[in-house]
Amino acid sequence: MRRLLNARPRGGGRLLLGLLPIAILVLLYLVASQARHAENPRDKILPTPAAMAQSMEIMALQKDPRTGEIPLVADTKASLTRLGIAVGAAAATTLVLGLSIGLLPYARAGLGPLVATISVIPPIAVLPILFIVFGLGETAKIVLIFVGITPFMVRDLASHVAAIPEEQIVKAQTLGASTWLVALQVALPQAMPRLIDSVRFSLGPAWVFLISAEAIASDVGLGYRIFLVRRYLAMDIILPYVAWISLLAVIIDLLLLTWSRTAFRWAHAPGGRR
Amino acid sequence: MTPVLSFRNVWVEYGDHVVLEKVSLDVAPGAFVSIVGPSGAGKSTFLRLALGQEAPSRGEILLDGAPIPPEPGPDRGVVFQRYSVFPHMTVLQNVMFGARCDQAPLTGLLMGAARRQAKAEAMAILDQVGLSASLKAFPRALSGGMQQRLAIAQALITKPRILLLDEPFGALDPGVRLDMHELITGLWREHGLTILMVTHDIKEAFKLGTRVIAVDKRRHDPHAPHRYGSTAVYDFPLDDKLKTAIPKEIAVMTGEA
Ligand SMILES: Nc1ncnc2c1ncn2[C@@H]1O[C@H](COP(=O)(O)OP(=O)(O)OP(=O)(O)O)[C@@H](O)[C@H]1O
Ligand SMILES: [Mg+2]
Repeated sequence: MRRLLNARPRGGGRLLLGLLPIAILVLLYLVASQARHAENPRDKILPTPAAMAQSMEIMALQKDPRTGEIPLVADTKASLTRLGIAVGAAAATTLVLGLSIGLLPYARAGLGPLVATISVIPPIAVLPILFIVFGLGETAKIVLIFVGITPFMVRDLASHVAAIPEEQIVKAQTLGASTWLVALQVALPQAMPRLIDSVRFSLGPAWVFLISAEAIASDVGLGYRIFLVRRYLAMDIILPYVAWISLLAVIIDLLLLTWSRTAFRWAHAPGGRR
Repeated sequence: MTPVLSFRNVWVEYGDHVVLEKVSLDVAPGAFVSIVGPSGAGKSTFLRLALGQEAPSRGEILLDGAPIPPEPGPDRGVVFQRYSVFPHMTVLQNVMFGARCDQAPLTGLLMGAARRQAKAEAMAILDQVGLSASLKAFPRALSGGMQQRLAIAQALITKPRILLLDEPFGALDPGVRLDMHELITGLWREHGLTILMVTHDIKEAFKLGTRVIAVDKRRHDPHAPHRYGSTAVYDFPLDDKLKTAIPKEIAVMTGEA
Protein backbone atom coordinates (compact mmCIF):
# COMPACT_ATOMS: atom_id res chain seq x y z
CA MET A 1 0.00 0.00 0.00
CA ARG A 2 1.01 3.56 -0.60
CA ARG A 3 2.30 5.60 2.33
CA LEU A 4 -0.29 7.90 3.89
CA LEU A 5 2.27 10.65 3.29
CA ASN A 6 1.88 10.24 -0.46
CA ALA A 7 -1.86 9.76 -0.76
CA ARG A 8 -3.39 12.97 -2.05
CA PRO A 9 -7.05 13.95 -2.34
CA ARG A 10 -8.01 15.31 -5.75
CA GLY A 11 -10.57 17.70 -7.22
CA GLY A 12 -14.07 17.20 -5.84
CA GLY A 13 -12.92 14.77 -3.18
CA ARG A 14 -10.66 17.42 -1.79
CA LEU A 15 -13.47 19.97 -1.54
CA LEU A 16 -15.73 17.42 0.08
CA LEU A 17 -13.03 16.52 2.58
CA GLY A 18 -12.66 20.17 3.52
CA LEU A 19 -16.41 20.66 3.98
CA LEU A 20 -16.91 17.53 6.04
CA PRO A 21 -15.57 18.78 9.41
CA ILE A 22 -17.50 22.04 8.99
CA ALA A 23 -20.71 20.15 8.25
CA ILE A 24 -20.15 17.98 11.33
CA LEU A 25 -19.70 21.02 13.54
CA VAL A 26 -22.87 22.69 12.18
CA LEU A 27 -24.78 19.48 12.70
CA LEU A 28 -23.52 19.16 16.28
CA TYR A 29 -24.62 22.72 16.94
CA LEU A 30 -28.09 22.10 15.53
CA VAL A 31 -28.52 18.97 17.61
CA ALA A 32 -27.37 20.72 20.79
CA SER A 33 -29.56 23.72 20.10
CA GLN A 34 -32.58 21.45 19.53
CA ALA A 35 -31.92 19.64 22.77
CA ARG A 36 -31.67 22.84 24.81
CA HIS A 37 -34.80 24.26 23.27
CA ALA A 38 -36.71 21.07 23.97
CA GLU A 39 -35.87 21.58 27.62
CA ASN A 40 -36.32 25.35 27.72
CA PRO A 41 -37.98 27.05 24.70
CA ARG A 42 -36.59 30.43 25.85
CA ASP A 43 -32.96 29.32 25.84
CA LYS A 44 -30.60 32.13 24.78
CA ILE A 45 -27.26 30.34 24.80
CA LEU A 46 -27.65 28.22 21.66
CA PRO A 47 -30.22 30.10 19.51
CA THR A 48 -31.94 28.28 16.64
CA PRO A 49 -31.15 29.29 13.03
CA ALA A 50 -34.63 30.80 12.79
CA ALA A 51 -34.01 33.05 15.79
CA MET A 52 -30.65 34.14 14.38
CA ALA A 53 -32.22 34.94 11.01
CA GLN A 54 -34.88 37.01 12.70
CA SER A 55 -32.38 39.07 14.71
CA MET A 56 -30.10 39.54 11.74
CA GLU A 57 -32.97 40.83 9.67
CA ILE A 58 -33.20 43.70 12.13
CA MET A 59 -29.45 44.24 12.17
CA ALA A 60 -28.79 43.82 8.47
CA LEU A 61 -31.87 45.14 6.71
CA GLN A 62 -33.49 47.80 8.89
CA LYS A 63 -32.24 51.25 9.62
CA ASP A 64 -31.56 52.10 13.23
CA PRO A 65 -34.01 54.97 13.86
CA ARG A 66 -31.48 56.69 16.16
CA THR A 67 -28.55 56.82 13.70
CA GLY A 68 -30.46 56.45 10.44
CA GLU A 69 -28.07 53.70 9.34
CA ILE A 70 -28.25 49.96 9.00
CA PRO A 71 -26.22 48.66 12.00
CA LEU A 72 -24.42 45.82 10.22
CA VAL A 73 -23.41 48.07 7.33
CA ALA A 74 -22.25 50.89 9.62
CA ASP A 75 -20.31 48.44 11.83
CA THR A 76 -18.69 46.75 8.86
CA LYS A 77 -17.71 50.05 7.27
CA ALA A 78 -16.22 51.41 10.49
CA SER A 79 -14.25 48.23 11.26
CA LEU A 80 -12.94 47.71 7.74
CA THR A 81 -11.87 51.36 7.51
CA ARG A 82 -9.86 51.06 10.73
CA LEU A 83 -8.39 47.76 9.65
CA GLY A 84 -7.61 49.00 6.14
CA ILE A 85 -5.83 52.17 7.24
CA ALA A 86 -3.82 50.37 9.92
CA VAL A 87 -2.79 47.42 7.75
CA GLY A 88 -2.04 49.71 4.80
CA ALA A 89 0.18 51.91 6.95
CA ALA A 90 1.85 48.82 8.42
CA ALA A 91 2.55 47.41 4.94
CA ALA A 92 3.98 50.70 3.68
CA THR A 93 6.19 51.06 6.75
CA THR A 94 7.27 47.45 6.43
CA LEU A 95 8.33 47.96 2.83
CA VAL A 96 10.52 50.93 3.64
CA LEU A 97 12.02 49.54 6.86
CA GLY A 98 12.22 45.92 5.72
CA LEU A 99 14.01 46.78 2.49
CA SER A 100 16.41 49.16 4.25
CA ILE A 101 17.24 46.77 7.09
CA GLY A 102 17.52 43.82 4.73
CA LEU A 103 19.76 45.58 2.22
CA LEU A 104 21.79 48.22 4.02
CA PRO A 105 24.30 47.25 6.71
CA TYR A 106 23.99 50.72 8.24
CA ALA A 107 20.21 50.48 8.54
CA ARG A 108 20.58 46.97 10.00
CA ALA A 109 23.03 48.18 12.63
CA GLY A 110 20.96 51.27 13.43
CA LEU A 111 17.40 49.97 13.38
CA GLY A 112 17.60 46.19 13.86
CA PRO A 113 17.85 46.24 17.66
CA LEU A 114 15.08 48.86 17.95
CA VAL A 115 12.64 46.81 15.89
CA ALA A 116 13.60 43.65 17.79
CA THR A 117 12.94 45.41 21.10
CA ILE A 118 9.59 46.87 20.05
CA SER A 119 8.42 43.53 18.74
CA VAL A 120 8.61 41.92 22.20
CA ILE A 121 6.30 44.50 23.82
CA PRO A 122 2.78 43.06 24.12
CA PRO A 123 0.70 45.60 22.14
CA ILE A 124 -2.39 45.35 24.34
CA ALA A 125 -0.23 46.48 27.27
CA VAL A 126 0.38 49.80 25.54
CA LEU A 127 -3.30 50.32 24.73
CA PRO A 128 -3.85 52.53 27.80
CA ILE A 129 -0.92 54.66 26.70
CA LEU A 130 -2.44 54.99 23.24
CA PHE A 131 -5.81 56.01 24.70
CA ILE A 132 -4.08 58.62 26.89
CA VAL A 133 -1.97 59.97 24.05
CA PHE A 134 -4.43 59.81 21.17
CA GLY A 135 -7.74 60.04 23.05
CA LEU A 136 -10.57 57.56 22.61
CA GLY A 137 -11.14 58.33 18.91
CA GLU A 138 -10.16 56.50 15.75
CA THR A 139 -6.42 57.21 16.00
CA ALA A 140 -5.81 55.12 19.10
CA LYS A 141 -7.50 52.05 17.56
CA ILE A 142 -5.61 52.37 14.30
CA VAL A 143 -2.31 52.90 16.10
CA LEU A 144 -2.94 49.82 18.25
CA ILE A 145 -3.32 47.60 15.19
CA PHE A 146 -0.32 49.26 13.56
CA VAL A 147 1.88 48.81 16.63
CA GLY A 148 0.63 45.27 17.05
CA ILE A 149 1.53 43.94 13.62
CA THR A 150 4.27 46.14 12.16
CA PRO A 151 7.35 44.96 14.12
CA PHE A 152 6.75 41.33 13.20
CA MET A 153 6.18 42.22 9.55
CA VAL A 154 9.33 44.35 9.41
CA ARG A 155 11.46 41.59 10.90
CA ASP A 156 9.98 39.01 8.56
CA LEU A 157 10.53 41.11 5.45
CA ALA A 158 14.01 42.24 6.49
CA SER A 159 15.16 38.65 6.97
CA HIS A 160 13.60 37.68 3.64
CA VAL A 161 15.38 40.50 1.82
CA ALA A 162 18.64 39.72 3.60
CA ALA A 163 18.31 36.15 2.34
CA ILE A 164 18.35 37.19 -1.33
CA PRO A 165 21.51 35.42 -2.57
CA GLU A 166 24.60 37.61 -2.44
CA GLU A 167 25.28 36.47 -6.03
CA GLN A 168 22.21 38.34 -7.25
CA ILE A 169 23.15 41.54 -5.48
CA VAL A 170 26.69 41.40 -6.86
CA LYS A 171 25.40 40.56 -10.33
CA ALA A 172 23.09 43.58 -10.26
CA GLN A 173 26.03 45.80 -9.36
CA THR A 174 28.11 44.41 -12.21
CA LEU A 175 25.23 45.38 -14.47
CA GLY A 176 25.54 48.94 -13.24
CA ALA A 177 22.75 49.06 -10.66
CA SER A 178 23.02 51.68 -7.91
CA THR A 179 21.85 51.01 -4.34
CA TRP A 180 18.54 52.61 -5.34
CA LEU A 181 18.09 50.43 -8.41
CA VAL A 182 19.03 47.27 -6.51
CA ALA A 183 16.34 48.19 -3.97
CA LEU A 184 13.76 49.17 -6.59
CA GLN A 185 14.32 46.56 -9.28
CA VAL A 186 15.88 43.59 -7.51
CA ALA A 187 14.78 43.61 -3.87
CA LEU A 188 11.34 45.25 -4.06
CA PRO A 189 9.76 42.89 -6.60
CA GLN A 190 11.11 39.90 -4.68
CA ALA A 191 9.87 41.37 -1.40
CA MET A 192 6.30 41.96 -2.57
CA PRO A 193 4.99 38.38 -2.55
CA ARG A 194 6.51 37.90 0.90
CA LEU A 195 4.94 41.16 2.10
CA ILE A 196 1.53 40.01 0.88
CA ASP A 197 2.02 36.70 2.69
CA SER A 198 3.06 38.57 5.79
CA VAL A 199 -0.06 40.78 5.60
CA ARG A 200 -2.16 37.63 5.28
CA PHE A 201 -0.62 36.19 8.44
CA SER A 202 -0.87 39.50 10.29
CA LEU A 203 -4.57 39.95 9.57
CA GLY A 204 -5.43 37.44 12.31
CA PRO A 205 -3.72 39.45 15.05
CA ALA A 206 -4.96 42.67 13.40
CA TRP A 207 -8.56 41.56 13.88
CA VAL A 208 -7.82 40.69 17.51
CA PHE A 209 -6.42 44.16 18.16
CA LEU A 210 -9.28 45.81 16.28
CA ILE A 211 -11.98 44.00 18.21
CA SER A 212 -10.22 44.57 21.55
CA ALA A 213 -9.96 48.29 20.90
CA GLU A 214 -13.56 48.49 19.73
CA ALA A 215 -14.75 46.55 22.77
CA ILE A 216 -13.09 49.01 25.11
CA ALA A 217 -13.90 52.36 23.55
CA SER A 218 -16.13 52.83 20.53
CA ASP A 219 -19.66 53.61 19.42
CA VAL A 220 -19.67 51.73 16.16
CA GLY A 221 -17.85 48.68 14.78
CA LEU A 222 -18.22 44.90 14.66
CA GLY A 223 -16.32 44.41 17.93
CA TYR A 224 -18.31 47.17 19.61
CA ARG A 225 -21.62 45.53 18.63
CA ILE A 226 -20.64 42.10 19.90
CA PHE A 227 -19.59 43.42 23.25
CA LEU A 228 -22.66 45.67 23.47
CA VAL A 229 -25.21 42.90 22.96
CA ARG A 230 -23.24 40.57 25.21
CA ARG A 231 -24.95 42.34 28.13
CA TYR A 232 -28.26 40.88 26.96
CA LEU A 233 -26.79 37.45 26.28
CA ALA A 234 -27.87 38.04 22.67
CA MET A 235 -26.16 35.01 21.17
CA ASP A 236 -28.58 35.28 18.24
CA ILE A 237 -26.68 38.43 17.21
CA ILE A 238 -23.18 37.51 18.41
CA LEU A 239 -22.98 34.23 16.49
CA PRO A 240 -23.98 35.67 13.09
CA TYR A 241 -21.63 38.59 13.68
CA VAL A 242 -18.75 36.22 14.38
CA ALA A 243 -19.64 34.28 11.22
CA TRP A 244 -19.69 37.56 9.27
CA ILE A 245 -16.29 38.59 10.63
CA SER A 246 -14.89 35.19 9.65
CA LEU A 247 -16.36 35.52 6.17
CA LEU A 248 -14.80 38.97 5.76
CA ALA A 249 -11.45 37.58 6.90
CA VAL A 250 -11.64 34.72 4.41
CA ILE A 251 -12.58 37.06 1.55
CA ILE A 252 -9.72 39.47 2.32
CA ASP A 253 -7.31 36.54 2.49
CA LEU A 254 -8.48 35.19 -0.85
CA LEU A 255 -8.21 38.62 -2.48
CA LEU A 256 -4.63 38.97 -1.28
CA LEU A 257 -3.73 35.48 -2.43
CA THR A 258 -5.26 36.14 -5.87
CA TRP A 259 -3.35 39.39 -6.18
CA SER A 260 -0.09 37.66 -5.30
CA ARG A 261 -0.76 34.85 -7.78
CA THR A 262 -1.61 37.15 -10.68
CA ALA A 263 0.85 40.00 -10.13
CA PHE A 264 3.79 37.84 -9.00
CA ARG A 265 3.35 34.74 -11.07
CA TRP A 266 7.05 33.92 -10.94
CA ALA A 267 6.89 33.43 -7.15
CA HIS A 268 4.22 30.73 -7.28
CA ALA A 269 5.16 27.28 -8.48
CA PRO A 270 2.69 25.99 -11.06
CA GLY A 271 0.85 23.09 -9.47
CA GLY A 272 2.92 23.38 -6.30
CA ARG A 273 1.74 22.65 -2.79
CA ARG A 274 0.76 26.27 -2.12
CA MET B 1 50.14 46.54 -24.06
CA THR B 2 48.77 47.33 -20.58
CA PRO B 3 47.34 44.26 -18.94
CA VAL B 4 43.57 44.33 -18.37
CA LEU B 5 44.04 43.13 -14.84
CA SER B 6 47.16 43.05 -12.67
CA PHE B 7 47.67 41.71 -9.20
CA ARG B 8 50.74 43.14 -7.49
CA ASN B 9 51.92 41.23 -4.43
CA VAL B 10 48.35 40.70 -3.19
CA TRP B 11 47.63 39.16 0.22
CA VAL B 12 44.33 38.21 1.77
CA GLU B 13 44.24 37.51 5.49
CA TYR B 14 41.33 36.91 7.83
CA GLY B 15 42.86 37.49 11.27
CA ASP B 16 45.80 35.09 11.30
CA HIS B 17 44.29 32.88 8.59
CA VAL B 18 46.29 33.61 5.45
CA VAL B 19 44.21 32.71 2.38
CA LEU B 20 46.28 34.22 -0.43
CA GLU B 21 49.87 35.34 -0.26
CA LYS B 22 52.19 37.11 -2.67
CA VAL B 23 49.90 36.79 -5.67
CA SER B 24 51.37 38.68 -8.61
CA LEU B 25 50.11 38.24 -12.14
CA ASP B 26 49.05 40.13 -15.23
CA VAL B 27 46.14 39.23 -17.48
CA ALA B 28 46.63 40.30 -21.09
CA PRO B 29 43.73 41.58 -23.18
CA GLY B 30 41.95 38.77 -24.97
CA ALA B 31 43.30 36.07 -22.68
CA PHE B 32 41.17 33.18 -21.48
CA VAL B 33 42.65 32.35 -18.10
CA SER B 34 41.58 29.16 -16.33
CA ILE B 35 42.17 28.95 -12.60
CA VAL B 36 42.35 25.55 -10.96
CA GLY B 37 43.25 24.39 -7.49
CA PRO B 38 42.02 22.30 -4.57
CA SER B 39 38.86 23.24 -2.70
CA GLY B 40 39.43 26.03 -0.21
CA ALA B 41 42.60 27.21 -1.97
CA GLY B 42 41.16 30.69 -2.43
CA LYS B 43 40.00 30.61 -6.06
CA SER B 44 36.70 32.32 -5.30
CA THR B 45 38.50 34.77 -3.04
CA PHE B 46 40.69 35.61 -6.01
CA LEU B 47 37.62 36.37 -8.13
CA ARG B 48 36.02 38.37 -5.33
CA LEU B 49 39.14 40.55 -5.31
CA ALA B 50 38.85 41.13 -9.05
CA LEU B 51 35.15 41.93 -8.62
CA GLY B 52 35.90 44.46 -5.91
CA GLN B 53 33.62 42.53 -3.57
CA GLU B 54 36.54 42.26 -1.21
CA ALA B 55 39.72 44.33 -0.73
CA PRO B 56 43.18 42.79 -0.40
CA SER B 57 44.84 43.11 3.01
CA ARG B 58 48.08 43.98 1.25
CA GLY B 59 49.18 44.76 -2.28
CA GLU B 60 47.27 46.36 -5.12
CA ILE B 61 45.03 45.36 -7.99
CA LEU B 62 44.91 47.35 -11.22
CA LEU B 63 42.25 47.38 -13.91
CA ASP B 64 43.59 48.77 -17.18
CA GLY B 65 46.51 50.22 -15.24
CA ALA B 66 44.37 52.13 -12.71
CA PRO B 67 43.55 51.02 -9.15
CA ILE B 68 40.46 48.83 -9.26
CA PRO B 69 37.20 50.42 -8.02
CA PRO B 70 36.46 49.07 -4.53
CA GLU B 71 33.04 47.69 -5.47
CA PRO B 72 31.50 45.71 -8.34
CA GLY B 73 30.73 47.68 -11.49
CA PRO B 74 29.76 47.29 -15.14
CA ASP B 75 33.40 47.07 -16.26
CA ARG B 76 33.63 43.58 -14.72
CA GLY B 77 30.97 41.02 -15.61
CA VAL B 78 30.35 37.90 -13.57
CA VAL B 79 28.65 34.52 -13.77
CA PHE B 80 28.45 32.37 -10.64
CA GLN B 81 27.71 28.69 -10.39
CA ARG B 82 24.14 29.49 -9.24
CA TYR B 83 21.79 32.38 -8.44
CA SER B 84 23.23 34.62 -11.14
CA VAL B 85 19.90 35.55 -12.74
CA PHE B 86 16.91 37.39 -11.31
CA PRO B 87 14.02 35.01 -10.65
CA HIS B 88 11.37 37.74 -10.94
CA MET B 89 12.40 38.89 -14.42
CA THR B 90 11.69 37.13 -17.69
CA VAL B 91 14.58 36.06 -19.90
CA LEU B 92 14.36 39.25 -21.94
CA GLN B 93 14.04 41.48 -18.87
CA ASN B 94 17.06 39.79 -17.30
CA VAL B 95 19.22 40.64 -20.31
CA MET B 96 17.84 44.16 -20.65
CA PHE B 97 18.57 44.94 -17.01
CA GLY B 98 22.08 46.21 -17.74
CA ALA B 99 20.79 48.68 -20.31
CA ARG B 100 18.03 49.81 -17.98
CA CYS B 101 20.53 50.56 -15.19
CA ASP B 102 22.74 52.43 -17.62
CA GLN B 103 20.09 54.57 -19.28
CA ALA B 104 17.39 54.95 -16.61
CA PRO B 105 19.24 55.31 -13.31
CA LEU B 106 16.16 56.72 -11.58
CA THR B 107 13.36 54.33 -12.45
CA GLY B 108 15.13 51.45 -14.18
CA LEU B 109 12.46 51.67 -16.89
CA LEU B 110 13.08 52.38 -20.56
CA MET B 111 10.66 53.93 -23.01
CA GLY B 112 10.39 54.56 -26.72
CA ALA B 113 13.49 54.45 -28.87
CA ALA B 114 15.86 53.67 -25.99
CA ARG B 115 13.72 50.68 -25.11
CA ARG B 116 13.56 49.45 -28.67
CA GLN B 117 17.31 49.67 -29.06
CA ALA B 118 18.03 47.91 -25.75
CA LYS B 119 15.56 45.22 -26.74
CA ALA B 120 17.20 44.72 -30.13
CA GLU B 121 20.63 44.38 -28.50
CA ALA B 122 19.28 41.94 -25.93
CA MET B 123 17.57 39.86 -28.61
CA ALA B 124 20.80 39.70 -30.61
CA ILE B 125 22.73 38.33 -27.64
CA LEU B 126 19.93 35.96 -26.68
CA ASP B 127 20.01 34.66 -30.22
CA GLN B 128 23.73 33.96 -29.91
CA VAL B 129 23.25 31.97 -26.71
CA GLY B 130 20.28 30.12 -28.19
CA LEU B 131 17.54 31.48 -25.96
CA SER B 132 15.48 33.44 -28.46
CA ALA B 133 12.64 30.94 -28.15
CA SER B 134 12.19 31.59 -24.42
CA LEU B 135 12.04 35.39 -24.20
CA LYS B 136 9.03 35.46 -21.91
CA ALA B 137 9.95 32.54 -19.67
CA PHE B 138 10.94 33.02 -16.05
CA PRO B 139 14.30 31.51 -15.03
CA ARG B 140 12.75 28.78 -12.92
CA ALA B 141 11.16 27.37 -16.06
CA LEU B 142 14.62 27.02 -17.64
CA SER B 143 17.01 24.09 -17.27
CA GLY B 144 20.30 24.62 -15.45
CA GLY B 145 22.19 24.97 -18.72
CA MET B 146 19.73 27.50 -20.09
CA GLN B 147 19.95 29.52 -16.86
CA GLN B 148 23.73 29.71 -17.27
CA ARG B 149 23.33 30.76 -20.90
CA LEU B 150 21.03 33.48 -19.69
CA ALA B 151 23.51 34.57 -17.02
CA ILE B 152 26.24 34.84 -19.65
CA ALA B 153 24.02 36.81 -22.05
CA GLN B 154 23.07 39.12 -19.21
CA ALA B 155 26.72 39.76 -18.34
CA LEU B 156 27.70 40.48 -21.95
CA ILE B 157 25.19 43.29 -22.47
CA THR B 158 27.34 45.81 -20.58
CA LYS B 159 30.41 44.90 -22.69
CA PRO B 160 32.64 44.30 -19.64
CA ARG B 161 36.42 44.70 -19.85
CA ILE B 162 36.78 41.32 -18.21
CA LEU B 163 34.38 38.46 -17.62
CA LEU B 164 34.75 36.58 -14.33
CA LEU B 165 33.33 33.06 -14.16
CA ASP B 166 33.22 31.10 -10.89
CA GLU B 167 32.64 27.42 -11.71
CA PRO B 168 30.03 28.48 -14.27
CA PHE B 169 29.43 24.95 -15.55
CA GLY B 170 30.05 23.13 -12.26
CA ALA B 171 26.40 22.17 -11.75
CA LEU B 172 25.72 20.99 -15.30
CA ASP B 173 25.54 17.54 -16.92
CA PRO B 174 28.59 16.50 -18.99
CA GLY B 175 26.68 16.79 -22.28
CA VAL B 176 25.32 20.23 -21.52
CA ARG B 177 28.78 21.20 -20.39
CA LEU B 178 30.20 20.42 -23.81
CA ASP B 179 27.60 22.67 -25.44
CA MET B 180 28.51 25.42 -23.01
CA HIS B 181 32.21 25.04 -23.86
CA GLU B 182 31.40 25.65 -27.48
CA LEU B 183 29.21 28.59 -26.59
CA ILE B 184 31.72 30.34 -24.35
CA THR B 185 34.59 29.78 -26.80
CA GLY B 186 32.48 31.23 -29.60
CA LEU B 187 31.46 34.27 -27.58
CA TRP B 188 35.03 34.79 -26.41
CA ARG B 189 36.29 34.92 -30.01
CA GLU B 190 33.42 36.90 -31.41
CA HIS B 191 33.30 39.60 -28.72
CA GLY B 192 37.06 39.68 -28.13
CA LEU B 193 36.47 39.01 -24.43
CA THR B 194 39.02 38.70 -21.66
CA ILE B 195 37.93 35.85 -19.41
CA LEU B 196 38.99 34.63 -15.97
CA MET B 197 37.37 31.29 -15.21
CA VAL B 198 37.59 29.26 -12.03
CA THR B 199 36.90 25.57 -12.50
CA HIS B 200 37.25 22.26 -10.72
CA ASP B 201 37.45 20.42 -14.01
CA ILE B 202 41.07 20.23 -15.06
CA LYS B 203 40.24 19.09 -18.59
CA GLU B 204 37.87 21.98 -19.01
CA ALA B 205 40.60 24.35 -17.83
CA PHE B 206 43.03 23.12 -20.49
CA LYS B 207 40.44 22.81 -23.21
CA LEU B 208 39.14 26.35 -22.91
CA GLY B 209 42.04 28.39 -21.54
CA THR B 210 44.87 30.15 -23.32
CA ARG B 211 46.57 30.05 -19.98
CA VAL B 212 46.08 27.87 -16.92
CA ILE B 213 46.97 29.03 -13.43
CA ALA B 214 47.06 26.61 -10.53
CA VAL B 215 46.44 28.08 -7.10
CA ASP B 216 47.73 26.22 -4.06
CA LYS B 217 49.88 26.54 -0.98
CA ARG B 218 53.58 26.60 -1.66
CA ARG B 219 54.46 25.85 1.95
CA HIS B 220 52.64 23.77 4.54
CA ASP B 221 52.93 23.98 8.30
CA PRO B 222 51.27 20.80 9.61
CA HIS B 223 50.80 22.36 13.06
CA ALA B 224 49.26 25.59 11.77
CA PRO B 225 47.54 24.95 8.44
CA HIS B 226 46.30 28.53 8.20
CA ARG B 227 49.70 30.08 8.59
CA TYR B 228 50.58 30.04 4.91
CA GLY B 229 48.33 31.13 2.08
CA SER B 230 47.92 30.01 -1.50
CA THR B 231 49.52 31.60 -4.47
CA ALA B 232 49.87 30.89 -8.18
CA VAL B 233 52.08 27.80 -8.03
CA TYR B 234 51.94 26.98 -11.75
CA ASP B 235 51.29 29.28 -14.65
CA PHE B 236 51.03 27.66 -18.08
CA PRO B 237 50.65 29.72 -21.19
CA LEU B 238 49.13 27.42 -23.80
CA ASP B 239 49.19 27.63 -27.49
CA ASP B 240 46.50 25.71 -29.29
CA LYS B 241 48.51 22.61 -30.15
CA LEU B 242 49.49 21.93 -26.57
CA LYS B 243 45.99 22.11 -25.22
CA THR B 244 45.38 18.39 -24.92
CA ALA B 245 48.40 17.48 -22.83
CA ILE B 246 47.79 18.13 -19.16
CA PRO B 247 51.08 18.64 -17.28
CA LYS B 248 51.68 15.99 -14.69
CA GLU B 249 52.18 18.35 -11.75
CA ILE B 250 48.68 19.76 -12.12
CA ALA B 251 47.07 16.40 -12.72
CA VAL B 252 48.61 15.12 -9.49
CA MET B 253 47.67 18.19 -7.50
CA THR B 254 44.01 18.16 -8.43
CA GLY B 255 43.69 14.41 -8.11
CA GLU B 256 42.93 13.77 -11.79
CA ALA B 257 45.87 11.42 -12.35
N1 LIG C 1 34.91 36.02 5.11
C1 LIG C 1 35.79 35.05 5.42
N2 LIG C 1 36.26 34.93 6.68
C2 LIG C 1 37.13 33.94 6.99
N3 LIG C 1 37.58 33.04 6.12
C3 LIG C 1 37.15 33.09 4.86
C4 LIG C 1 36.22 34.10 4.43
N4 LIG C 1 35.98 33.91 3.12
C5 LIG C 1 36.71 32.84 2.74
N5 LIG C 1 37.41 32.36 3.78
C6 LIG C 1 38.33 31.22 3.73
O1 LIG C 1 39.14 31.39 2.61
C7 LIG C 1 39.49 30.12 2.09
C8 LIG C 1 39.33 30.14 0.61
O2 LIG C 1 37.95 30.24 0.27
P1 LIG C 1 37.47 30.25 -1.25
O3 LIG C 1 35.99 30.27 -1.24
O4 LIG C 1 38.17 31.33 -1.98
O5 LIG C 1 38.00 28.85 -1.77
P2 LIG C 1 37.79 28.17 -3.19
O6 LIG C 1 39.14 27.89 -3.70
O7 LIG C 1 36.88 28.97 -4.03
O8 LIG C 1 37.08 26.83 -2.77
P3 LIG C 1 35.99 25.97 -3.56
O9 LIG C 1 36.74 25.25 -4.62
O10 LIG C 1 35.47 25.03 -2.53
O11 LIG C 1 34.97 26.92 -4.09
C9 LIG C 1 38.64 29.09 2.79
O12 LIG C 1 39.45 28.39 3.70
C10 LIG C 1 37.62 29.91 3.54
O13 LIG C 1 37.33 29.30 4.76
MG1 LIG D 1 34.85 28.73 -4.80
